[in-house]
Amino acid sequence: MGHAYTPGLKVTEKILLTKKRILPLKGEVLVKVGNKVEPDTVVARTLLPGAVEPINVANILGVPPEDVIHHMLKKEGEKVEENEVIAKSKSFFGLFTSECKTKTEGTIESISSITGQVLIRGNPQPVEIKAYLKGEVVEVYQEEGVAVSSWGSFIQGIFGIGGETHGKLKMVCKDNTEVLSDKHINKDYEGYVLVGGSLVTASAIKKAVSVGAKGIVIGGFDDKDLREFLGYDLGVAITGSEELGITLVVTEGFGQMNMAERTFELLKSKEGEEACINGATQIRAGVIRPEVVIPCERDVHTKMKEEEFDEKVGLEIGRQIRVIREPYFGKLGKVVDLPPNLQKLESESSARVLQVEFGDKIRAIIPRANVELLEE
Amino acid sequence: MKDLKPENIKIILATDCGSTTTKAILIEKKGEDYRLIVRGEAPTTVESPFEDVTMGVLNAVAEVEELSGRKLLDEKGKIISPSNSNVGTDLYVSTSSAGGGLQMMVAGVVRSMTAESAERAALGAGAIVMDVIASNDKRLPHQQIERIRYLRPDMILLSGGIDGGTTTHVVELAELISAADPKPRLGTGYKLPVIYAGNKDAQEAIRKTLDGKVDLDIVDNLRPVLERENLMPAREKIHDLFMEHVMAQAPGYRKLMSWTDAPIMPTPGAVGLIIKTIADMNQIEAVGVDIGGATTDIFSVFQGIFNRTVSANLGMSYSVSNVFAEAGLENVTRWFPFDMDERDLRNRVKNKMIRPTTIPQTMEELIFEQAIAKEALRLAFVQHKSFATVLKGIQQQRTIADAFEQTMGGQTLVNMMSLNMLIGSGGVLSHAPRRQQAALMLIDGFLPEGITRLAVDSIFMMPQLGVLTDVHPKAATQVFEKDCLIHLGTCIALVGKLKEPKEILKYEFEMPDGEKIEGTINYGEMLRIPLGLDQKTGMPLTCKAILNPLRGFDAGEGKGNKVDLEIHGGVTGIIIDARGRPFNLPEDHKIRMKKLKEWMVALDIYPEEALERL
Repeated sequence: MGHAYTPGLKVTEKILLTKKRILPLKGEVLVKVGNKVEPDTVVARTLLPGAVEPINVANILGVPPEDVIHHMLKKEGEKVEENEVIAKSKSFFGLFTSECKTKTEGTIESISSITGQVLIRGNPQPVEIKAYLKGEVVEVYQEEGVAVSSWGSFIQGIFGIGGETHGKLKMVCKDNTEVLSDKHINKDYEGYVLVGGSLVTASAIKKAVSVGAKGIVIGGFDDKDLREFLGYDLGVAITGSEELGITLVVTEGFGQMNMAERTFELLKSKEGEEACINGATQIRAGVIRPEVVIPCERDVHTKMKEEEFDEKVGLEIGRQIRVIREPYFGKLGKVVDLPPNLQKLESESSARVLQVEFGDKIRAIIPRANVELLEE
Repeated sequence: MKDLKPENIKIILATDCGSTTTKAILIEKKGEDYRLIVRGEAPTTVESPFEDVTMGVLNAVAEVEELSGRKLLDEKGKIISPSNSNVGTDLYVSTSSAGGGLQMMVAGVVRSMTAESAERAALGAGAIVMDVIASNDKRLPHQQIERIRYLRPDMILLSGGIDGGTTTHVVELAELISAADPKPRLGTGYKLPVIYAGNKDAQEAIRKTLDGKVDLDIVDNLRPVLERENLMPAREKIHDLFMEHVMAQAPGYRKLMSWTDAPIMPTPGAVGLIIKTIADMNQIEAVGVDIGGATTDIFSVFQGIFNRTVSANLGMSYSVSNVFAEAGLENVTRWFPFDMDERDLRNRVKNKMIRPTTIPQTMEELIFEQAIAKEALRLAFVQHKSFATVLKGIQQQRTIADAFEQTMGGQTLVNMMSLNMLIGSGGVLSHAPRRQQAALMLIDGFLPEGITRLAVDSIFMMPQLGVLTDVHPKAATQVFEKDCLIHLGTCIALVGKLKEPKEILKYEFEMPDGEKIEGTINYGEMLRIPLGLDQKTGMPLTCKAILNPLRGFDAGEGKGNKVDLEIHGGVTGIIIDARGRPFNLPEDHKIRMKKLKEWMVALDIYPEEALERL
């Protein structure tokens, strides 16, 4: 009777991942199926028409609109630089000169003899989509984008902020229990994804931003610091578009919480390797969780072997669990009993429970709803 | 569709897929009566690795199987139908609110004008506004498109332009939405709802741009002229679309649809049916609430008019952090009879949000959750009152000067003094370990005035009975009367204020056994007098009551007037609330905690030992 439990978040050493990379508007796909890509490889690009800047040349030069064309130094379709003189007029036998300059770089789109306005179309703005993962292009969606596949280690976080980024992994705490403070961070960490232990302090995040670290992967984070960092109270967990200069992936929860040993050890074993991380989280039906991907070399056409699937989802005696609510929040243990009948808790509620044995051999009764399975 | 003749139906299985928990009940016909046999529940499976709501249904049904001994699922995990001896069910129905809260994007031409009006309409409908797109918000079109795609809103409200004004900008916004080709976050079974509430002259162009790509609805312009705002049509449309199309959706919803013998009903639709039936049958004014994980739904019948609101982002799990953000730290902590460190409190709230299916194990955790529930109820009721107005549907006029105030105008139909019955449903109320806790959450959340009966859904099955009302009214009514509604008792709340504690009520109750209970109560106190249920019928016992309030206090018949009436009991009994109305907690921190503990002890809310310890 193991229905009331929370499946654990995915933490796996090897998995085949595929990510769709799609442009916001139709454009050009720059890679082909089979191309190897790096996280920063631009896989698709589109050009947005530049903004239009109207200049009332007739007013500036003090000439009738129909005469503007005679004073123009540039024709329709010609390129112009920023601050370039595009029209000039002389008066009083050439003693006084009026000029009309551009404010932006672009192309002369039109010269109106009715309004006397000249429209400058700014340069097209490129919009690019990067590969995000180091891997191989496995599918191309004409004019839209691609799918990139990669084998790698995959760690799903519980909550995050900030968008996609990547950097080399750097273990900055000695173990999964240590608090990551500003003292752990120095200027050499520019461009790195830092891995801490049980908590990251607000000052550590600020320092990480100031030295140019790309991201932080951590066990716990205080909501009070989150509020300070974001500048508002997060009501509904929809994150990922914050532009705070860093991406944060929290693996366990809010407050000081030891990073699961398995997660910490996996990250440690990959120190120095390139990690692609994304803090985007949406906790609602159709959930999105933050992630850490550490790509590795393996043919993306190799299918996953049977032993690489870890689809055990039942709550059984002997399985490793983590408690996800007070009073044993964050503790890890093994299921030793699954009594079938409802039991009364301290709160006087009746619930289905399990007995867990923690690492220190101490046993406790926990509602089944308050544990999550750990993948073995 | 199979034969659904009511007389052939002996076994009924009904489920309700909430955002957090999926509940299943089994009803059986015994002799001439339908009765509840067992109930099972399991976490709703909208998260990976399942991402299929039917998994949670099967888990909840499996629990029902185990508890009842009736085999309901075959080897392939399908529900067996029809029934045959101890196997299968004749009817399977379901409700759903698995989709959770409502997160919208609004778009308007000018950020400080139409876009802001649109935002107000969305907020008024209980939505979270994820982003406001405006023609002048300084973002480039591709950034706006990316934002729409990334956020996966449940709905978009598009407005812009005064009637008769320029149409270019608002059509450009529609083109932007069209280019984004937004996909709803849940499944492919339906198109994204987009409501257009802008310049009426642009309606045709908007239709051309968006029709076919989205599920377009057109309502009156929410800003027909610059100085007039007309939010109600957009607000009501948002509300209706959410309830009918968004809320019930979840991964696996189509599969579930193929299993049920009647269309799946959105949970609030089903609960609303039940509340309306109770009010109509008893000719009373009633308020019902269903507090869930993502939403809190309130239903009321006043002056014979039924109103329903779904506060899309007030709830006890997915939306718990939003309750906290909307109510504010102080409003939540004011209900704690003990000190709690802010850092710790904030972390607990967020942890509940990221792991929504957990339950309180310790007494401290229970008190903490029930405190948040009081605020969720209060906030949802504020929203309900602003919806349930006499002038519903009539244009709200705003001048530029008052356009930025949030008042909605139109007198509310909700009258707490004339309210006869307050009914609670939802996990935190139905599963409260002591029924008194549910009573106090209802009293503190709704602040009833005068004489109000309190009731609670016994095991959180009103949604299932609601949908059953449509298919098999007899079974629904019988189970509702015998197994669902738990009469808590009656709350006597005095309206009036005093600065000092002083005797404000003399009471006299003539109990069913003839015993007379007489006494007085001071301002600022609460009292519980047991008056239970009839052992044979299970219906509430009644007693004669004479209430003499102090001058200036109203117990239901006007200030200082004597009240002579029959009062209904229940599992909690009679609760006298002499804390006054309007109700304010003492400002002094220590006095407040002392008073909270006093009231909790007086009503036997939590064990005294726990209150001492915490």
